[in-house]
Amino acid sequence: MPGTRAGASPSERTALTDPSGAGAARRIALPSPNAAAQAGSPGLEAEHPAFGHGVRPHREAVSNEVLAAPLVFIEKQQGAFRLHALDADALALGLEPGMALADARARVPALVALAHDPEREAACLTRLADLAERYTPMVALDPPDGLILDISGCAHLFGGEGALAADAAALMRHQGLRVRHALASGPEAALALARYGESRGGASVPHDRARPAAPGRSPRPSARPSHPDGRTATAPAPPRRPACASGEAAAIRDLPLFALHAAPDVRHALRRAGFVTLGDLADLPPGPLAARFGAGLIDRLDRLLCRTDSRITPRRLPPPLQVERRFAEPVAHVGSVMAALGALLDAACAILAERGQGGRRFAARLYRSDGAMRDLAVETGQPVRDPAVVLRLFDERVETLADPLDPGFGFDILRLAVPAVEALGAAQDALDGARDPARDLTALLDRLAVRAGPRRLRRLVPRDTHWPERVTRLVPHAMPREPAGRWQASPAGEPPLRPLSLLDPPERIDVMAQVPDGPPRRFRWRGMLHRIVRHEGPERLAPEWWRHPHGHDGAPGLTRDYYRVEDETGHRYWLFRDGLYERETDAPHWYVHGLFA
Amino acid sequence: MLSHAGARHGAPALLHPLGVMAIDRALGGGLPAGRIHEIFPHSVADEASAMGFAIMLAMRLMDDGRADGPMLLWLREEQAQRRAPLHGPGLADLGLDPARLVLGVLPDAKALLRAGVDALRSAAPGALVLELAGNPPLLDLTASRRLALAAEASGVTPLLLRLNGARPAPSAAQTRWQIASAPCRPFLADAPGHPMLNLTLLRRRGGPAGFDWMVEWDHDAGIFRPAALPGARLPLSGGGSRPASGGDLDAGDAGWRIAV
Repeated sequence: MPGTRAGASPSERTALTDPSGAGAARRIALPSPNAAAQAGSPGLEAEHPAFGHGVRPHREAVSNEVLAAPLVFIEKQQGAFRLHALDADALALGLEPGMALADARARVPALVALAHDPEREAACLTRLADLAERYTPMVALDPPDGLILDISGCAHLFGGEGALAADAAALMRHQGLRVRHALASGPEAALALARYGESRGGASVPHDRARPAAPGRSPRPSARPSHPDGRTATAPAPPRRPACASGEAAAIRDLPLFALHAAPDVRHALRRAGFVTLGDLADLPPGPLAARFGAGLIDRLDRLLCRTDSRITPRRLPPPLQVERRFAEPVAHVGSVMAALGALLDAACAILAERGQGGRRFAARLYRSDGAMRDLAVETGQPVRDPAVVLRLFDERVETLADPLDPGFGFDILRLAVPAVEALGAAQDALDGARDPARDLTALLDRLAVRAGPRRLRRLVPRDTHWPERVTRLVPHAMPREPAGRWQASPAGEPPLRPLSLLDPPERIDVMAQVPDGPPRRFRWRGMLHRIVRHEGPERLAPEWWRHPHGHDGAPGLTRDYYRVEDETGHRYWLFRDGLYERETDAPHWYVHGLFA
Repeated sequence: MLSHAGARHGAPALLHPLGVMAIDRALGGGLPAGRIHEIFPHSVADEASAMGFAIMLAMRLMDDGRADGPMLLWLREEQAQRRAPLHGPGLADLGLDPARLVLGVLPDAKALLRAGVDALRSAAPGALVLELAGNPPLLDLTASRRLALAAEASGVTPLLLRLNGARPAPSAAQTRWQIASAPCRPFLADAPGHPMLNLTLLRRRGGPAGFDWMVEWDHDAGIFRPAALPGARLPLSGGGSRPASGGDLDAGDAGWRIAV
């Protein structure tokens, strides 16, 4: 009831928004345990049951003093702060959405105003969608406050559609939200029933048509529709009783024209023509309607009436392989959960073996009984289907978690998905039982990668270039091995022509050498003077002109003359002169680029 | 694969000859697998030579550097990779195909040692190079013994490359080497030739130490070759002044050109 505070303790009270609802402007409703009694059990059979949720995003708990006062959410529209959503108290005091904050404050001085945060609402909605995935993998968002679940084929796991609906509604309510839900054969119909449908308890009520066109966009205050018993339609949601099979069609036909989401002028024209509910439009021939109002209207009408088969676009594609286990009672012991994960891995790997595939990536999701979730994922360099190997990787992952697995009151659903699979032939062990060193190595590298991060283990792959800085490419070891080129070594019998390690970047040195292109005789590096005893060169490397016009250090691309030198102490260096005299630069610099063994 | 046979505790280690008879004799037959070998550079300028020596030892332990042999796992810290990245063609020029190298770049010494122990226990790599900078306090006698035990059990040989100012400290290493770069035998037209290193065996567990030798690395055969010395160094025993065998050198100092 508006104005009444439920028996909830202050710590449970959470402010919520309801951007759209049947017959109502936006409002906030404080949740109460009594509100939980509102959801009836929907007994309904339908061919493609879809589940529409009207979900109100969850907000942070505000302090007790604040909660005692009427609460509104404001946003800036056209330069002034306007009310976006109100709670039941504020509504009861006569405030309306779209009203300017100054006016509202004038009427109710003790008003508490919080800023409306659409991003947090969106994040909250995605979190709720994650929660809802425990029922079905096909979940779609209907921003700002709706979720659509496609429960075809999932209802039997929960004892029927009614039980599934009740369970889901209870879960959402446990998060501190008020929920309206409906079941229907098509996603748009379900959503429309949830948002705009009315209870079936009494005569059907004529809905007001002059609602705000879209939440947050036109703040014009709407006239209050009135119930026969004098209560305004902005009351807290009356008990929902979704229509039954024959009644589903009737309930849809009773939906207001607002459910068509048409432009204001179209709605105005329809109202002036005397149409009130969808049922009025349903029986008309579509031709004249399409000609007058556009084909989009007819399409939307058909979807609402479930005449066309429409599907939702789920947030995530279902993975190639997914197994799950539901515990009869929540399990709080992490060891038991890992043991159950091991059993799931056995099952998953058996399926992979049948398909002749191996998994490259395994993702486990643990659902807590209070709705929280935890994700664990491991990757492997080669496709595997050995459950012991993957379980060991998961153990490593659990060990290296930043914050430890907190079972809370226990996990009740454990789901294992294999998002990435690759073909893997049957393996055969050697007759003498010797371990396959290649397999051991990949297992070791996978373990190290899980612990330290996959980018830490790399291979050296050659690039097809002559430029020394670019020829070595480091790729993560887990990347599929492309047919890489072979490394070029110096010809047999010749000493090493390339240094073992490079200096990155090359270090500038002072060199005494004959101009224009004599070999270096002495050089000073890091304060030490080196006298050159042996040298070989120059080896002339021109920069890769096709890549960029600027060479080393941003200067225009200079040709390098490399020299392999040895000094009097027996150390061997790789020096180069950057640029040719007079042709490219007047004062070329010398650098040391690498060190030989 | 010799190093995969997995020596058990107490079983004699497999010995890999380095190619120079004097060294192999001093080591008792060859470099033992499954034991820790420490490598220190003589000075900062010799760090590249120490790195090269680690690669050369690894190739001797894996018996070859061909493309389809067992893998070499090289673990180094991030700052080492930034300071002196390994150059692929340079590795190939020493005889090791870079496709056999897996480079693990780890954030700090703790992660490095832990990964090293894991790698040793798994017996998967052909050889393991642990490149550590400075004197990390984590690398104490206990950590060293842990590495040694894991290595003995699996037969994988860890080579501990201690760069950047590291000082020798008590450890469970079987041998400890100090490497310096030496003037090489000149190639055609007075060009620098094959890498020439001055090896000093600082310590050997269960045997005499203090020798030094001058050796040259033959990257085609993947083996060390002795170098003829002008007689300036006096070995302690059975040392490195024997004339080169199988090389082109004249005995004595005729093969050396004195640098001016």
